[in-house]
Amino acid sequence: MRPRVLVLTGYGINTDLEMAYAFERAGARAERVHLNDLISGSVKLHDYEIFVLPGGFSFADDLGAGKVLAERLRAHLMDELCAFIEDGKLVLGVCNGFQALVKLGLLPALAGYGLQEATLTFNDSGRFEDRWVYLEPERDSVCVFTRGLGRIYLPVRHAEGKFVPKDEGVLKRLNAQGQVALRYVDPQGRRAGYPWNPNGSVQNIAGICDPTGRVFGLMPHPEAYVHKYHHPRWTREPVPEEGQGLQIFRNAVRYVSV
Amino acid sequence: MAHRVEVAFRPELETADALGRAVRERVRVGLNLDVERVRTVDVYTLDAELAPEELERVAEELLHDPVVQLYSVDPEEPLAKRFEWAWLVEVGYKPGVTDAVGETARAAIRDLLGKDVPVYSSRQYLIAGNLTERDVRHIATDLLANELIERFSIHERSRWEGRFPVVVPKVELKHEPTVEVIPLDRPDEELEALSRERLLALSVDELRAIREHLRAHREERVAVGLPPDPTDCELEALAQNWSEHCKHKIFKALIEYRDEGAGQVERVDGLFETFIRGATERIRRESPYWREALVSVFQDNAGIVKIDDEYHVAFKVETHNSPSALDPYGGALTGIVGVNRDILGVGRGARLLFNTDVLCFAPPDYKKPLPKGLKHPRRVLEGVVRGIEHGGNKSGVPTVNGAIRFDERFLGKPLVYCGTGGILPAYLNAEPLHEKRVEPGDLIVMVGGRIGADGVHGATFSSEALTEQSPTSAVQIGNPFVQKAMADMLLEARDLGLYGAVHDNGAGGLSVSVAELAALGNVGVELHLDRAPLKYPGLDPWQILVSESQERMTLAVPPEKLEAFLELARRRDVEATVLGRFTATGRFHALYEGRTVAYLDVQFLVNGAPRKRLRAVWRRPRRNEPDCPEPRDLGEALHALLGRLNVCSKEAIVRRYDHEVQAATVVKPFTGARDDGPSDAAVLWPLEMQRKGSRRGIVVANGINPSYGDLDPYPMAALAVDEALRNAVAVGANPDKIALLDNFCWSSSDEPERLGQLVRACKALYEYAVAFGTPFISGKDSMYNDFVGELDGRRVKISAPPTILISALGIIEDVGKAVTMDLKEPGNLLYVLGETREELGGSEYLAMKGLVGDQVPHVDASPARERYRRLHRAIQEGLVRACHDCSEGGLGVALAEMAFAGGFGLVVDLRRVPGASAFARDDFLLFSESASRLLVEVRPEHKERFEALFAGTAAAPIGRVVEAPRLRVTGLRGREIIREDVEALKASWRRPLAGI
Repeated sequence: MRPRVLVLTGYGINTDLEMAYAFERAGARAERVHLNDLISGSVKLHDYEIFVLPGGFSFADDLGAGKVLAERLRAHLMDELCAFIEDGKLVLGVCNGFQALVKLGLLPALAGYGLQEATLTFNDSGRFEDRWVYLEPERDSVCVFTRGLGRIYLPVRHAEGKFVPKDEGVLKRLNAQGQVALRYVDPQGRRAGYPWNPNGSVQNIAGICDPTGRVFGLMPHPEAYVHKYHHPRWTREPVPEEGQGLQIFRNAVRYVSV
Repeated sequence: MAHRVEVAFRPELETADALGRAVRERVRVGLNLDVERVRTVDVYTLDAELAPEELERVAEELLHDPVVQLYSVDPEEPLAKRFEWAWLVEVGYKPGVTDAVGETARAAIRDLLGKDVPVYSSRQYLIAGNLTERDVRHIATDLLANELIERFSIHERSRWEGRFPVVVPKVELKHEPTVEVIPLDRPDEELEALSRERLLALSVDELRAIREHLRAHREERVAVGLPPDPTDCELEALAQNWSEHCKHKIFKALIEYRDEGAGQVERVDGLFETFIRGATERIRRESPYWREALVSVFQDNAGIVKIDDEYHVAFKVETHNSPSALDPYGGALTGIVGVNRDILGVGRGARLLFNTDVLCFAPPDYKKPLPKGLKHPRRVLEGVVRGIEHGGNKSGVPTVNGAIRFDERFLGKPLVYCGTGGILPAYLNAEPLHEKRVEPGDLIVMVGGRIGADGVHGATFSSEALTEQSPTSAVQIGNPFVQKAMADMLLEARDLGLYGAVHDNGAGGLSVSVAELAALGNVGVELHLDRAPLKYPGLDPWQILVSESQERMTLAVPPEKLEAFLELARRRDVEATVLGRFTATGRFHALYEGRTVAYLDVQFLVNGAPRKRLRAVWRRPRRNEPDCPEPRDLGEALHALLGRLNVCSKEAIVRRYDHEVQAATVVKPFTGARDDGPSDAAVLWPLEMQRKGSRRGIVVANGINPSYGDLDPYPMAALAVDEALRNAVAVGANPDKIALLDNFCWSSSDEPERLGQLVRACKALYEYAVAFGTPFISGKDSMYNDFVGELDGRRVKISAPPTILISALGIIEDVGKAVTMDLKEPGNLLYVLGETREELGGSEYLAMKGLVGDQVPHVDASPARERYRRLHRAIQEGLVRACHDCSEGGLGVALAEMAFAGGFGLVVDLRRVPGASAFARDDFLLFSESASRLLVEVRPEHKERFEALFAGTAAAPIGRVVEAPRLRVTGLRGREIIREDVEALKASWRRPLAGI
């Protein structure tokens, strides 16, 4: 049986189509579900194995990126979400979805779910940028989505992607508990500054997970690189047919299929 | 009582305040004022009674980010007290202006408290630095606030009393809605005055035609209780439907055209019919491919062509020039979401696939004094770019292609061309989706935003008409968030078959959308204006009828589908209201509270405008060929040319546009070893194609160059067509499967000389579209791009140069064969295709020397078409490693761009360029802008096959790619005339707009 993936849509989310397609390519059955259908209960979260918050501009980023979506989830779906995670299922947030998970307190969730311990704020460059970045997975991360991953190349497309922990303690524990999943690096794999670290994230952090490794958020877009032709230099470099973002989806599908 | 909530980044986190830093830079660079620091405070004014703990909750849980921000709800302790500043400017919207942030906050508070609390957003700028009050006023009016739509207040720290007033910019219209009858039985001068005073833009002829028509229908009017004279609703509806914007009266007019050079007089029976549709119809007759592939042209909101048997692509380009002159941000944003609605409203609705934006500005470093009422071009550029960024990014539509041109004559009005493409399935349950179906009995349903006085008469209201408490009518600000929700919902409804027709509410609002749907279905209308949801009470029925408030679509919903449709809208949180129904009467019958306020024949309303008769004259300006010495150092000349605004990199701007959302952009705006070379065109591989395993894709390109038009609009039009085609072909589009869009921006179109230029341009479009076999599928015109104002007490008129944008929409059979412009491998050969002639008239090279020249490049369509076909064959066979078109800056610029994009060097011998023998000067050969030329990189092993393909045509190998990153060019006399470091050339090209 192919696992079922719920890809959230509505209210300005705008990468749901390619997100669903990426999960399908990875062998899952993906359905785009409007936030209101989840809130009204006409669609049940527990019928799915993976819950995805894709990127976009939910609520236009008006009160801070992902903020209003987070508050709406908190107001209507918090218990279901926590139960979903406790059931051993997976949650993925990409870009705006990552921002929402952090503001909702599902990430990094050092002190339990629901308390905001970090943020994603305005890029040091002060502007929205669309550019491709190199990402190095942390070898000892508990994240199930990045298992066995090598250095990968994905686009970022955001104005508010600078990862900032609440304090030093949060940062220490994130590192100590293997919750940092991905860091921005230069083409040689070294931690470097702009433009390699496109937003000025603290310690080049691009993606983190919760203590279980089953809730994962990242600013770059894995769903934007599932085919060779998504790569910005496929006309000049030898690039494999399958895009590197697909590995993250395969990991997720494999995890819930076991 | 209203409350203020203030939110700011914590004082020590200065870098986090990105907006504050950006404003400081703009004050320093744009206004040349020395400011130390700018910090910002977001202010939310909550217009409701709230308990202290409720207010605290809203601020604590909703409005601030606890990790990096702090807030205050205490009027005695404003956050400003915690920062150092000398001056403070608070900017908020005027009443009635779209406040998207306020609306979002209102919705979120409803979630949190279960209460409806109107919210108004504003922002404080806390400025530290040694400034005078005059300086600060300058910053406020020329940078921070647009007084048409925004209000501001200035506070000086030393005189500040430690608190801020609470301002609630609520619209209050103390007005009883009325309907007025407007007698037309008056002399012509008074008719003219009436048209002027009411901003009807109707001519005396048109008003007379209305008078005669209504008299002839006296009896049926009496029967519904109307006098023989029109009501304000009727007159306004007619004015909107007959406007130049909606009906293109100049393009439909009968024109007497005199060509003074040829001494000929000719009657043109409609420019559009004769030259634009004429070309398309001829191509359709002559080409079996286009007979099938032209799905819908010139009859809907956009043109539609086939991608394959299952999918179509729709494309439309609009202009939004005047609104962008008044409010650069709102104007551009509204332009984008507006053209998006054209695509959402084409056929039964299409999914938005891409945006393209072509912009024309005065130079951002303009230093001369500005006429009163004009914004500095730098500010116009910044605002427009931000509008495009938000319009595309927040809608989830990638901005994949565009161009930016600079000329001082765009000071009066910038040109903002906004284009959008969409994809739609050919059929739904065996019903063709490109067709609309409107039947008597169908309900008229308005979906999306509410109606306000914004956009009544578009942008024609003068600013004097505005007062503090009156809603701002002059400018609208689109809200992509509201529109995205509506777009998602409409596509769901389309796929469920819940409506038969859809039309956007753009110019003329309901008066046009409902009337055009009725005309299409050959039916009548019963429209109840009092049922329309309003932003605030107090609007007159005619205002409801013609308001252009944003984010609205009008649909025809069959009665048996109504319940399901409204239920879906409710579930998606999208407002949908039944305003009436389509009838079998053939009449446009509008009512307000049960009383008839308009009763017009639908066909008369939509198609009844009498035709204009115009005179046009053409006289070619004679200019001298340039008299300038050949520069000693051509390397230096190349650096300078690369640094010209019309040539240089636009990366700092374009990176701010999301160009790859939807995971379809397979040739992106930037390409090459470091992802910074300028692509010739975009290649898209829509998800629909990916899903079904097809490698078919779409190519989007454009051609524009107003400089040539100063000499002769005929070659300007020809060159725009050629440039769009060669850009498309360069990345791999099939030259036999490219459709075109024409967009005219003209000025002073009442003058016979300007009209003469227009006729010339249209003639060229016909000739070249037919010669290339590329049909027009849609187009638009903006005929009055003039500004009249005052400078130093003198009247000045600034007219934009006649400008044509040609957009190309091509099919590429296999996206895996797409080609980019960056050099790929050392050792490869470099060919030039096409002949170079001494054609420097209107060239960037002469412009750099302050000259215009005379000889404009001539497009020789027949060999060009053959060349493009052979190039396509070569690409199909995999012989082409890189391909780049030659345009502004000629061979020199194209060579440099290919080299620095690829990170390799080039060794080139100009003597081998086809046509070189006719040149006496290296600079002219290097920088001439002859048409239809391309540079192609080919591997040595493909030399023979490639040369065989181009045998007998103007094509030659002129050099080869080398590892050492230097551009080396040998001139006509066998001497090395250029030896430049490729990285240095790139730096010159990147510099001018890097800091924008």
